[in-house]
Amino acid sequence: MSEVELIPMLSQEEVAEIEAEISHLPDRESAAIDALMIVQKHRGWVSDESLSAIANLLGMSSAELDGVATFYNLIYRQPVGRHVISMCDSVSCYVMGADGLAKDLETKLGIRFGETTADDRFTLLPIVCLGACDKAPTMQIDEDLIENVSVEKLDEIFEKYT
Amino acid sequence: MATFTVDGKQYEVEAGTNLLQAILSQSLDLPYFCWHPAMGSVGACRQCAVIQYQDAEDERGRLTMACMTDVQDGMIVSVEAAHAKDFRASVIEWLMENHPHDCPVCEEGGECHLQDMTVMTGHSVRRYRDKKRTWENQDLGPFIGHEMNRCITCYRCVRFYQDYAGGKDLGAFGSRSRMFFGRVEDGVLESEFAGNLVEVCPTGVFTDKPFSQHYTRKWDLQSAASVCPGCSVGCNTFASERYGVLKRLHNRYHNDLNKYFICDRGRFGSHFVNSQQRVRHAAVKANDGVFEYGDVNAALDRAVEILKHEDVVGIGSPRASMEANYALRQLVGEENFCRGLSDSERIVTDQACSILMKGGFKVPTVTEVEAADVVVVIGEDISNTAPRIALAIRQATRNVSFEMAESANIPLWQDAGVRGHAQHQRNALYVATSNSTRLDDIAEATVNALSDGITQIASQIAGQISGESHENTFVTSVAEALLAAERPLLVTGTSLRDPNVLNATAAIAWALRAKEKEPAMLIAGSEVNTFNTVVTCEGLTLNSALTRIADGASAVILENDLYRRAQSDSVDRALEGDGEVVALDVVESETLVKANVVLPAASYAEQTGTFVNYETRAQRFYQVFQPQDDIQPAWRWLSKIASRLGRTDASWTTVDEVSRSALAALPGIDASLEELAPTKDFRIEGEHRVARQTHRYSGRTAMNADVSVHEPKAPVDDETPYSYSMEGQNPGDQSGSVIPYSWTPGWNSNQSIFKFQAEVSGDLLGQSGGKRLFAVPSEPDAEVDKEFDFSVTQPTRPAADGLVPFPIHDVFGSDELSAQSWPVAQRAKGPYVLIHPDDAAVLSASAGSGVRSDALVGSFEVVIDDCVQSGSVGIAVGLNGRVEIPDRTIALVVDPDFEPRQLGDARVIAKS
Repeated sequence: MSEVELIPMLSQEEVAEIEAEISHLPDRESAAIDALMIVQKHRGWVSDESLSAIANLLGMSSAELDGVATFYNLIYRQPVGRHVISMCDSVSCYVMGADGLAKDLETKLGIRFGETTADDRFTLLPIVCLGACDKAPTMQIDEDLIENVSVEKLDEIFEKYT
Repeated sequence: MATFTVDGKQYEVEAGTNLLQAILSQSLDLPYFCWHPAMGSVGACRQCAVIQYQDAEDERGRLTMACMTDVQDGMIVSVEAAHAKDFRASVIEWLMENHPHDCPVCEEGGECHLQDMTVMTGHSVRRYRDKKRTWENQDLGPFIGHEMNRCITCYRCVRFYQDYAGGKDLGAFGSRSRMFFGRVEDGVLESEFAGNLVEVCPTGVFTDKPFSQHYTRKWDLQSAASVCPGCSVGCNTFASERYGVLKRLHNRYHNDLNKYFICDRGRFGSHFVNSQQRVRHAAVKANDGVFEYGDVNAALDRAVEILKHEDVVGIGSPRASMEANYALRQLVGEENFCRGLSDSERIVTDQACSILMKGGFKVPTVTEVEAADVVVVIGEDISNTAPRIALAIRQATRNVSFEMAESANIPLWQDAGVRGHAQHQRNALYVATSNSTRLDDIAEATVNALSDGITQIASQIAGQISGESHENTFVTSVAEALLAAERPLLVTGTSLRDPNVLNATAAIAWALRAKEKEPAMLIAGSEVNTFNTVVTCEGLTLNSALTRIADGASAVILENDLYRRAQSDSVDRALEGDGEVVALDVVESETLVKANVVLPAASYAEQTGTFVNYETRAQRFYQVFQPQDDIQPAWRWLSKIASRLGRTDASWTTVDEVSRSALAALPGIDASLEELAPTKDFRIEGEHRVARQTHRYSGRTAMNADVSVHEPKAPVDDETPYSYSMEGQNPGDQSGSVIPYSWTPGWNSNQSIFKFQAEVSGDLLGQSGGKRLFAVPSEPDAEVDKEFDFSVTQPTRPAADGLVPFPIHDVFGSDELSAQSWPVAQRAKGPYVLIHPDDAAVLSASAGSGVRSDALVGSFEVVIDDCVQSGSVGIAVGLNGRVEIPDRTIALVVDPDFEPRQLGDARVIAKS
């Protein structure tokens, strides 16, 4: 009974977008990843309550859906800041000095990897290869790929993300 | 058949199996983790690597995962090649990186598959110097302990829990080295098969919580082969004891029954043996109505005096052994013997037997249930009354996935491939019951109705099969599916207490037979030995027995709480009248306190005896430990009374003698005790007993030193093939009925069972035990069919106001003995009723509030469920100490003083 009442945890807009995805698929649970991404797009992250509501909408158990959600590092199961910085920690970027850059980044933002700044502006996370090794070191902020990152450029890079 | 070579030696196996299974089937050692005999391969752990050679000239070969390789004719492999051994050692080194060094305090220690495999691969020095990842554990309820740090990510737990048993609330979270196996949040694991995680997990992540609370190493347990007393399936178990306490139950492989899994009622329901409710001393009620305890002779003298009465009635029990029931019947005579079933249960159970015998229908084993291609469940909430059958039905719905895999050239052991290819394709399962069931999630269609509605639906299905035309789509689709089936299975049972449901189900079977489809027919009984009582004799009805007692007859009541089986007022009249009563029981009951003499009866773990299951399979369970205090097997008490009465025809000295007499007395059945299981004279190689204790059983001289420093003499066992010591053997090729525990060198865990099997998942080397008393007819006898009337008589229910009651069964709580087991008592709900939202509105009862009725004992919590028919009420049976529900409509009123019982509020506390 209580699960049925959880559907209102999702907005009508979210439900409509999820149902649109489901309509292309053979069964409801195939829309699991899309549904998680839709909710994350609207809310920035996927809370336990949102997760239960999505699971209920797709006819899955919370445990099954959370297994999917926690498998992917880009589905956030904890609140993140307004912008997420994903800093590459793979080999090419490491060779090109990503290690030192990571420390500079931590100092500049005043947070460690996995943390969010006090003003909720940035969350800093590591990520594996972004596929731009020729322009290492690289990072991604939200949807933007940023190449040839250096500590000097950071202020300029961050300007756009308020 | 395929011939393949392992390390220069040739072996033959069935083609189509995987290499790991083929190697293990030769009884060779090859380490593995993620593969499971009942669940197939996923290739997750990389532990079973071997070297495969291209041909005889190939000296280098290549590494291959045995569990993911099809055995081919002429295949050449090596388990012992240095490269394969090195690889396996490095795999275990990775797996052990995060595994804690906590074996000494881990419940799995000494029977840990991970320990065994680590030793087998030779990994003994840890090079890893970094920090280990650690986890916070979850509270998973009263049955299962959780210690995630020990996890090696083999995925067996979720594969069993979700894929095999259909559980929804246990998952795999995260990725890479951060995998977590548990629930979304703390809470009770919902599945009634969760206890199997204890045996499925290769290490100590999921452990037996009640066992952990009074822990003993496997090697210090004294064990014997036993049979679960929880329901009419009779799953085989290893029952283990130390310090006079039944410590735990594990699954004991039976090729036709439980195979690798049992349910949680069985696994955790055994602690009633140790409960504070146990009757431990003989007692005589003095004139002031107070019991005087502890004088066995006085109790026997008083019992003899009572039985000298000219009119004596004996009431047996479907939860007592065949031997105890028979001893009582002999003592009082057949004309004075009542089988101890309630009158409604007696009618329906006799009907069940009559249908199976006269109809000559094939009664399926559990393994045959798994093989069915269309299953129709009629009027039995089988997940609650015989859970192991429900688990088998769940597997039956997967048969189509194997057919699909076969035509797509996917090996059948390739678990992920088979499941992925089949997606949601299932064999048809139809469920017609009074309430929603835990099979509904995989059912093609379900229908909820009262028993007369179910009867009607079933007769319509029979009609549809015979060529009638009905509108109801449930009816037409079931008929169509059954007609198209190759191995149709009908499942019903006695729990609704309606013989018409059985008749109508038989009518379906009959209609199918007329269409040359031979269906299997499974009728679940209500208790472990119900079907024994049916094949024994006709006997008195319970109400006529009660009337005679009320009129002054003396009575012997055997392991039976009559308040569960007849209306309270008639039991009151009998027990509070002039008739004097001798009562024998395992646990205290309302009936027992009203007796004049109480004799403490041995539980199934403290005696040797026989239970007869739903397929009329007579199975032997052996004494695990000798009972303490005044406790004795019921048949022995009765024997002693008989001998004091000078009745040599009703007294015996050993259990084998009673069993032989009991079997000989079964009408029309030819079964010898030797066919059931080894008798007391059985010796391995003609000279060795089977040892109950392991060869390294410790503390024998010291374990009772707090009482006396003199080591007591080990008890002499003159009733079974077992010894009460480590002197003896357990070679594995003796009869499956007499395997006390599963262990072979190098294989301390339960995984060792494959060494006891002729091949992996095949029958035991010494064969699984028991004998079906009624042979399965190879061909239906056309003549007997004509004698039997399958027609359905419409029930005449008096029209009256109020709600029509129907019974609801709960896996945890409805069964009398397991409900007294403290872990199960923590899972059991308080008494409750299911009502339709409309009826709740009329009553002004909200969910969680309480109701009562003059026709029922105590108050009930209201559960609102729209599966229930409006105008009816589902009454959870057993939870208030009553099983029989009124046969007329009842009026419910709101009980303003009701307080719901919280989950985890156990009524019974563990002895230790």
